Amino acid sequence: MEIQNTTVNKQKNKTMVKSPSLWKQTYRRLNKNKLAMISLFFLLFMFLLSFVGPHFSPYILDRTNIADMNQAPSAAHWLGTDNYGRDVLTRLMMAGQISLTIGIAAMFLSIIIGSLLGAIAGFYRGVVDMVIMRLADILMSIPGLPLLLIMGAILSEWKVPAEYRLYIIMIMLSFVGWPGLARLVRGQILSLKEQPFMLATEVLGLSDRRKILHHLIPNTVPLLLVVATLNVAGSILSESALSFLGLGVVPPTPSWGNMMDAANNFMDFRKRPWLWIPPGTAIFLTVVSINLLGDGLRDALDPKMRR
Amino acid sequence: MNEMLLEVNHLQTHFYTENGVVKAVNDVSFAIREGETVCIVGESGCGKSITALSLMQLIPENGKVEAGEIHFAGQDLLRLSKKDIRRLRGNEIGMIFQEPMTSLNPVFTIGEQMIEPLQEHLLLSKKDAYKKAMALITMLGIPNAEKIVNLYPHELSGGMLQRIMIAIALSCNPKLIIADEPTTALDVTIQAQILDMLREIKQEFNTSILLITHDLGVVAEMADYVVVMYAGKVVEEGPVLELFANPQHPYTKGLLKAKPVIGERKDRLYTIAGQVPNLVDLQEACYFADRCEHAMDICRMKQPALTTMANGQKAACWLYEEGENR
Amino acid sequence: MSETLLEVTDLKKYYSSSKGMFKKFGDAVKAVDGVSFTIEKGEVFGLVGESGSGKSTIGKTILRLHDKTDGEVKYKGKDVFSLSKKELRHLRVETQLVFQDPFSSLNPRIRVGDAIGEAMVEHGLVSKQEVRERVLEVMEKCGLSPFHIDRYPHEFSGGQRQRIVIARAMALNPEFIVMDEPVAALDVSIQAQIINLFSDLQRENGLSYLFISHDLSVVEHLCTKIAIMYLGNIVEQASKEELFKNPMHPYTKALLSAVPIPDPTAKRERIILKGDIPSPINPPSGCKFRTRCPMATDLCAEKIPDYHDAGGGHFVACHYV
Repeated sequence: MEIQNTTVNKQKNKTMVKSPSLWKQTYRRLNKNKLAMISLFFLLFMFLLSFVGPHFSPYILDRTNIADMNQAPSAAHWLGTDNYGRDVLTRLMMAGQISLTIGIAAMFLSIIIGSLLGAIAGFYRGVVDMVIMRLADILMSIPGLPLLLIMGAILSEWKVPAEYRLYIIMIMLSFVGWPGLARLVRGQILSLKEQPFMLATEVLGLSDRRKILHHLIPNTVPLLLVVATLNVAGSILSESALSFLGLGVVPPTPSWGNMMDAANNFMDFRKRPWLWIPPGTAIFLTVVSINLLGDGLRDALDPKMRR
Repeated sequence: MNEMLLEVNHLQTHFYTENGVVKAVNDVSFAIREGETVCIVGESGCGKSITALSLMQLIPENGKVEAGEIHFAGQDLLRLSKKDIRRLRGNEIGMIFQEPMTSLNPVFTIGEQMIEPLQEHLLLSKKDAYKKAMALITMLGIPNAEKIVNLYPHELSGGMLQRIMIAIALSCNPKLIIADEPTTALDVTIQAQILDMLREIKQEFNTSILLITHDLGVVAEMADYVVVMYAGKVVEEGPVLELFANPQHPYTKGLLKAKPVIGERKDRLYTIAGQVPNLVDLQEACYFADRCEHAMDICRMKQPALTTMANGQKAACWLYEEGENR
Repeated sequence: MSETLLEVTDLKKYYSSSKGMFKKFGDAVKAVDGVSFTIEKGEVFGLVGESGSGKSTIGKTILRLHDKTDGEVKYKGKDVFSLSKKELRHLRVETQLVFQDPFSSLNPRIRVGDAIGEAMVEHGLVSKQEVRERVLEVMEKCGLSPFHIDRYPHEFSGGQRQRIVIARAMALNPEFIVMDEPVAALDVSIQAQIINLFSDLQRENGLSYLFISHDLSVVEHLCTKIAIMYLGNIVEQASKEELFKNPMHPYTKALLSAVPIPDPTAKRERIILKGDIPSPINPPSGCKFRTRCPMATDLCAEKIPDYHDAGGGHFVACHYV
């Protein structure tokens, strides 16, 4: 034992270096990625703009004002007004609120459904796995956008009130979003299960509950985080596309997608770019930022770079 | 004495990592004569593989050869253009890696991969190249050459693939073969076959071999001359017989004593306490001082230089530096 | 007479190499093909073989980490494969496994202290309040410092990680540990530290080991009894002294001669086996070693050699011994 003690003492000097937790390391690595950090700050800005911004606006969202119709940007209306005389900036901020909320809520729903079903399929295999994964396969073999279009058309046909449509669109988006996630999580669980440290939990006689909650799930969190981020971008895009086509969020409720509808009108397109350029830019920059942040997160979490 | 084939002088290879600069190869010098086998031995992270890769300028992207000279057959490899280096690789210098499975491309047959360097460097026609490849396989004692050239890498065992790798390395009659842990991934009986093959090649073609290994047993069987590395530095070097009979550096002594040997009954194994230091931002000192039984004050303050002993062995240790440098 | 701890009789473990639709095309991989041995209490039993010999499969099968195909495994007289759920949990406390790769056998997201302590709590060996103290005790025994307890595995080197894995196994105070190539991934200087730790723990706690390795020199240093495996069978088994002094099976002889000796002056007769280890999917008929054996005859192709006692508990499976 003497030899070991000296070993230990010497090791102490070497390993006494401060060692941050895995999350801190991840953040530090992310911090070095300029693009990802710019994206992160831009997204924070978008959130503030959308959720806090409207409170500072002197205009009321849906109040139409024929006198102020179709005005170009000015000191009073920074982004001009639309053909009902509504302030475009105020609508843009409210639209951001709705688009971001839909994107994030849809992401949470798909993550919950997808990772739960994926984890169950991966851990228990057998018939359960069969049923869940075949269901996912069927959903994945139908192209997402046409499916959403059909569902959107049905909503319009049933004349669902605008305020409920929001929630139904979230559900629709997560409905097409979960199969991909379930497949990813299942794959992750399958490969984790083959890791020697999972065999070790068996050797130690740990319960299934502990194996899943303490050993498997924490190891899928990094992957989920990345996928979730990218998923938000996808949801925002799908929502915008639907709303642009008039099948998603319908006016008067604003969304970036249905604001873009202005571009469909030849006169608006030619003469009043302030109607469609701001929402278009908002969608573009938000989605690009989310994707860049997601890529940054993936690099920061990449286990191959750790150690 | 035979002519010098390769001379490495004060080679420095650094890696730039998140945590700082790693001096993976730190002022390493050694030489290989024609027909000589030199073994670089050391534990993981001592820089032995990076030394080999530096010779061929195949170091990973975040690394860089910072200083030094590598003279090979009259030219400085570090001054050659990328094109000239490529011409040298696989032609005058052959390489064998640790993982035969991953060093061959899985989508090409063995034959296709063997004729490639032959066509490239020896400018043989496809037909002649195939003939030569077949001859090489047969020469290395692998049966069914005609069948093997048409197989894909995954259809062969690790030992067989390593033999193919050796055949490829040999195909352009290189003057030097660099073998980086060529038998580490193989079973003992297969290792014996491969080592035997390397010995025969050396005898028949008078090829020089630079063998990188962590296994002192392999060193004893293969080497003419041994270079012991620790934490990026050469700590001891010498002819194999002297080095094993009379190791000088405490690290070499420790390594030799720590390895259990068949037929030698010991109650406990000798251990070298502690572990290899982190190579990031090392302070001026003997890097082995923290693990050394004989560490003195000077060891923690100044780095010892490689000193030549009476019998031609060299060691970098303050125990053997008399007066002059203190 | 010492007491028998583990008794393995004619154990077989086949993997079907393909499943489902194309079953008829795939033959079974005979990873373990009829293996018998016993381990006494306090004994260190070495299992030596090259890749594909089935040594790791044996280690996992006897701990019931996967199913057997045939045969019997008795731990303390009880059939391991017919234990009740409760008895199996008990087995999980008494027997442990140490893995080859210290990097993948620790969960990267679990702190060292939790990794060592969680099973103690799970099995109710200590209360939640005492666990930290017990963990520190075990860590000290295994040469780890107290401040390591709140660290994550990625902060440790290979040798230290292996100490953590050993501490995790030792925490449950087991009686029997399967060591699956526990030092193969370590450097020589670290290997020696870990091997000494094994001897200390074994002596102090009266442990029994099944020590699986491909390295004869390590096995010779640690083990009291040694079995040599080739393609799913034990070809020779004897006490350490006997096996190294008087190897009988041609494979054992070749294996011994192939181990490189770190002494350039050593003169010895080297037996270089020809060819490769055959695939366990389609092993040779008769004696499986015959394709590489320098003494093989027609008889070897026809008849499977008996695994018999060649005198004094030295078992060997060869027609010509």
